[in-house]
Amino acid sequence: MGFYATSTRRRLVAVAALCALTAMPWLLQALDQSFYVSLASRILIFALAATSLNLVIGFGGMVSFGHAAFFGAGAYSVAILAGSGVVSAALAWPAAMGVAALLALFIGAISLRTRGVYFIMITLAFAQMAFYLVVSLKAWGGDDGLSLMHRSSFGSLDLKDDNTFYFVVLSVLAMVLVALDRLAHSRFGRVIQSIRENETRMEALGYPVFSYKLVCFVIGGALAGLAGALLANQTGLASPNLLHWMQSGTLMVMIVIGGVGSVFGGVVGAVLLLLCEEFFVDISTHWQIGLGLVLLAVVLWAPLGIAGLFGWGRNRE
Amino acid sequence: MSEARTTLLEVHEVSKCFGGIYALNGASLAVEAGEVHALIGPNGAGKTTLIHVLSGALKPDAGAVVFDGQDLARKPMHSRAALGLARSYQITNIFPRLSVLDNVTIAVQARARDWGTSFRFWKPFSVDAAIVDEAHELLAQVSLVGLARRRAGQLSHGEQRSLEVALALASKPKLLLLDEPMAGMGPEESERMVALIGHLARRVTMLLVEHDMDAVFRLADRISVLVAGTVIATGEPDVIRADPEVRRAYLGDVA
Amino acid sequence: MTQLILEQALNGLQFGLMLFLLAAGLTLVFGIMDMINLAHGSLYMVGAYLAAAATQASGSFIVGIGAAMLGTAVIGVLVEVTLQRRLYARNHLAQVLATFALILIANELVRVVWGAQPVLLNTPDVLSGPVNIGGFFYPSYRLLIIGVGLLVAALLYVLVARTRVGMWVRAGASNREMTEALGINVRLLFTAVFAVGAALCALAGALLGPLLAVQVGMGESILILAFVVIVIGGIGSIRGALVGSLLVGLVDTLGRAALPSLLREFLSSEVASNLGPALASILIYVLMAAILFWRPEGLFPARS
Repeated sequence: MGFYATSTRRRLVAVAALCALTAMPWLLQALDQSFYVSLASRILIFALAATSLNLVIGFGGMVSFGHAAFFGAGAYSVAILAGSGVVSAALAWPAAMGVAALLALFIGAISLRTRGVYFIMITLAFAQMAFYLVVSLKAWGGDDGLSLMHRSSFGSLDLKDDNTFYFVVLSVLAMVLVALDRLAHSRFGRVIQSIRENETRMEALGYPVFSYKLVCFVIGGALAGLAGALLANQTGLASPNLLHWMQSGTLMVMIVIGGVGSVFGGVVGAVLLLLCEEFFVDISTHWQIGLGLVLLAVVLWAPLGIAGLFGWGRNRE
Repeated sequence: MSEARTTLLEVHEVSKCFGGIYALNGASLAVEAGEVHALIGPNGAGKTTLIHVLSGALKPDAGAVVFDGQDLARKPMHSRAALGLARSYQITNIFPRLSVLDNVTIAVQARARDWGTSFRFWKPFSVDAAIVDEAHELLAQVSLVGLARRRAGQLSHGEQRSLEVALALASKPKLLLLDEPMAGMGPEESERMVALIGHLARRVTMLLVEHDMDAVFRLADRISVLVAGTVIATGEPDVIRADPEVRRAYLGDVA
Repeated sequence: MTQLILEQALNGLQFGLMLFLLAAGLTLVFGIMDMINLAHGSLYMVGAYLAAAATQASGSFIVGIGAAMLGTAVIGVLVEVTLQRRLYARNHLAQVLATFALILIANELVRVVWGAQPVLLNTPDVLSGPVNIGGFFYPSYRLLIIGVGLLVAALLYVLVARTRVGMWVRAGASNREMTEALGINVRLLFTAVFAVGAALCALAGALLGPLLAVQVGMGESILILAFVVIVIGGIGSIRGALVGSLLVGLVDTLGRAALPSLLREFLSSEVASNLGPALASILIYVLMAAILFWRPEGLFPARS
């Protein structure tokens, strides 16, 4: 298994995928299927959220069951800022990341004192707190969520235009992936992966393990906040559903399908899961039985995810 | 042995109690700079507990540990390592899924005083060639060069024990705590480990916990004997060998 | 005011005891096999549906409960033998994912069989009225639930604390390898624990069915509460599960009843009515986080 390394082949696949995704709006237009652009944006946003969780679980080895809290925090931050007149994406999106990062700092600083299942449960508990908080606060729309009064504005770009928004999302995701790829190969990346492998030994070698894990957790939270900010802009709503624990579970499903501990695992998983959802819902309302069975099969027989099956995931030894 | 050595590690009246049973009961010990100090004692005497207290894995109930002039009471495990107190583990504790080379590089990289912080997120590790070079040197010292690309979990037991020592050495410690380095080894492997430790002894102070008496008497400059949580004697090997109390409490039941 | 508090305390006790029925099985599964089973809540849901169906078919609530417990235990054993066993040796992430998949499957299967609408499970006629206890009226059905809950808790206590099988279970929870080394078939023991746990889930589902709606998704909300309970109590400890259940039941119920009016004493009524329900609904999670902060292994750690 070893440290994550991006092979040349994987880089080529990523560049090819980026080219294809860049060309997609025109392609869809030519096929007269432009309404799929909005679905594509949604998928890429979830890809970003799943990628952020993969940093925490796959690289940091922290099985967090409360990642939806940061996703939701980003969405609500943007909606609240928009309500008070802050619509500039250059302000609102970093602010959303900042809020999510602060929340992650708070939750992480307490949760990382615990280990194993206790960590899973305490992160879940904090996410539940956040969920019930937004559900019961009427000022934030309660059950109905908080609608975004104004979409964020980005200089002269018109984010209300589906294609423009799609390109913004695609650029954000591409930048994050490049940054995470750098991170995975950096000193920090090697430290957190080693902590995942053997925490006690790292402590004995002189690494302040807690600080490294916390920083990793906070980066993951901030990126999830960014994804939340984008999603609120896409749907025009900050919904409490974003903070629901099933959402945390779904993000976990994505990275397990796509490949835990691989920079592109979250993207692969989000694309596969959401495309399946989109197309199977039309075939049968009970498609979740199929999803459940596929997920079981992946967990039992393909622990490295779909990506692992094809060797796109972590290094094969 | 030359005169006027400085004390590197002082264990003063340390006690540790587990549910009413004293694993350590006022144990005192001084390790001088430059020596190989062996800690022996029958099973259950508290040797492992003492190692845990020294490395910071356990907090003593009473007593003090002073290392290189600093009280370690409030120092967490990682800052003890940074101060120059490194340990190896009795039960091999490596990174089994990483390559042998990666095991050692991550250990070398831990020395922030030489390389700066590891909170670097952008610059690829591959530019840190000096770290990798040093890891190769360490592997040469423990005779693992040919196995650098292997996955650590695939090494033989003896090779893993050597890797274990390399990880501890990577921090360039002032004091190396070796917790039963020969545990589970065959005679040939043990012989190689004795040679390795003897070689390292010229450069680093060691506190050696070991069951293999033959190895202890060959390697140690001084020996402390821990019985029932208390150090009953400290001295040079010949003195310890002749000490009637030690013979009665410990060596007697071996012979 | 005293009456209100008394009534809410009884409600809290009733809710806590039902939580205990779920938490007891969950904590043992957790403790013995170190296995996170998210699908435990699905057994509760399935139990409630089976109870509703069997009650309707037979016309008897008692028969309904019995059939639900038996049916759910059988389903539980089937799932344990075919699937969960493969997961014991896996890491927690795999367990979370696989049992998350089970939730998706169970929810959809229930929708296929019973439809998406909630199913009706009525309070038995004899128990539909209130009873007079010491000067105030309390629904007799809820009183029955309290009685049954106390009875089951007592039985479980005797089973776990006083019998040979119970000793094995406790030994298994605190040190599984040692128990196996003593020649006890932990695998079989565990299947039995799982079956009992499933039957208790069904009992809770059947008893709570008339009070809450029998619907898809009922398992998940209570599952999280059951997890909170066992984490507070200490994983693997029956005593911890009981204390945790009552704590969570009482804190949650009393918090919801009292917190809004309590806040009105200090804050403006507008702020209080906004903040009250929000605080009340997160109270148990605050409790759990606080307990984990000071006692990271829960109140009654089963492992030494």
